[in-house]
Amino acid sequence: MERRDSAMSEKPMHFHPDGQEALVELLFQLADDDFLLAYRGSEWLGLAPHIEEDIAFSSISQDTMGHAAMYYQLLEDLGCGSADELAHARPASARRNAVLLERPNGPGHYLREPRYDWAFTVVRHYFYTQAKRVRLESLTKSTYAPLAEVAAKIQVELHYHLLHWHTWFVQLTNAPGEARTRMTKAIQDVAADFAGVLTLGAKGKDMVRWGLIDEEEVLTENTIAALAPAFAEVGLEWPMPFGMKHGNGRNGEHTPDLDEALATLSEVYRAVPHAVW
Amino acid sequence: MTKEEVWKALETVKDPEIHSISIVDLGMVEQVDVRDGAVSVCLLPTFLGCPALDIIRTRVEEAVKRAGASAVAIEFLRHPPWTSDRISEAGRERLKQFGIAPPPRQMPSGAWQVACPYCGAERTIMENLFGPTACRSIFYCKQCKNPFEAMKPVLTLG
Repeated sequence: MERRDSAMSEKPMHFHPDGQEALVELLFQLADDDFLLAYRGSEWLGLAPHIEEDIAFSSISQDTMGHAAMYYQLLEDLGCGSADELAHARPASARRNAVLLERPNGPGHYLREPRYDWAFTVVRHYFYTQAKRVRLESLTKSTYAPLAEVAAKIQVELHYHLLHWHTWFVQLTNAPGEARTRMTKAIQDVAADFAGVLTLGAKGKDMVRWGLIDEEEVLTENTIAALAPAFAEVGLEWPMPFGMKHGNGRNGEHTPDLDEALATLSEVYRAVPHAVW
Repeated sequence: MTKEEVWKALETVKDPEIHSISIVDLGMVEQVDVRDGAVSVCLLPTFLGCPALDIIRTRVEEAVKRAGASAVAIEFLRHPPWTSDRISEAGRERLKQFGIAPPPRQMPSGAWQVACPYCGAERTIMENLFGPTACRSIFYCKQCKNPFEAMKPVLTLG
């Protein structure tokens, strides 16, 4: 069989050499964000509240992993290494994902007494999906055409993710009793780290200067505008300000939870690096 | 080998998860070129995380070689995005034969309705926006009381 790292185009890509560093940084943020959240989502397989949700959530996680794979492919096309290697072999310190997305689904372990928190999961996915939608809208106008094309493609799939998480968010928060209490707590919990999703990190200004994406402030404002109607719908106070309680992942600051996640998800890759997926 | 022969070979390549429909009817083939017996095929991925894409690539290669190509180059394009309105009329019929309702022609804002692929009734309800594969949803027909699947509408936004 010939070389088949990915199903996607393998033509070499170029960007202005002075802007390449900012582009690569942005792609790592986008790739690592989707990759880690898709992984956390996949840990719910077989554990979701009901079978319909198991089907839906695994589809969403599969899509999201596909989005990460596209970004890693763009990095491969820019000469940053193979997509598989970028996904599996980079240590935590090289990862650029927001810390919120690496946090475990709750107490316990996938194999031993998982006591995962569905409220936290719904809120994290709903907030992230809104931020991702805003980001993609901006990326469709990116000066790097391959990125703009990928963004347009992802946008269509994300439409369904958003419908799904919005439904859960509103229904659980509007349910009386324990559901509302836990959702309210989860919102505070997610908000405490949500600034880490919205930031573009130290090279953010360069990304904007090269026309790769809109300013962090604009993205933040649009994300808040996208989330606000749901808060009105459930009659809750806006959970401002957003924080980075567990660190800024864009600068390579991460928690031990990421080390553990990477060790688990790369186990097969490390054992058989040339396995065909 | 002619372009027509390549297209004919591509019609034998079925969706690995929906055996009644070819990748041509699904609208996945964007471009075919033939130069001195060497064939290049440009395909559009349906859903990005779809595990069938690599299988399709292998089967396209096999089918075109079997039809007489000396070499085959297959490329999945990022652009234009595949949309569900690329499915041909014949393809929409073949989906129904497989028990899958074809996608609505408009992008709905919320849940949508489709006719039952078995009895044609419009009295159906969506049970799950998501289904056994990324491209499908699960419905239930209140008329003939059959559960069925439907292709999701995938149209560019805005």
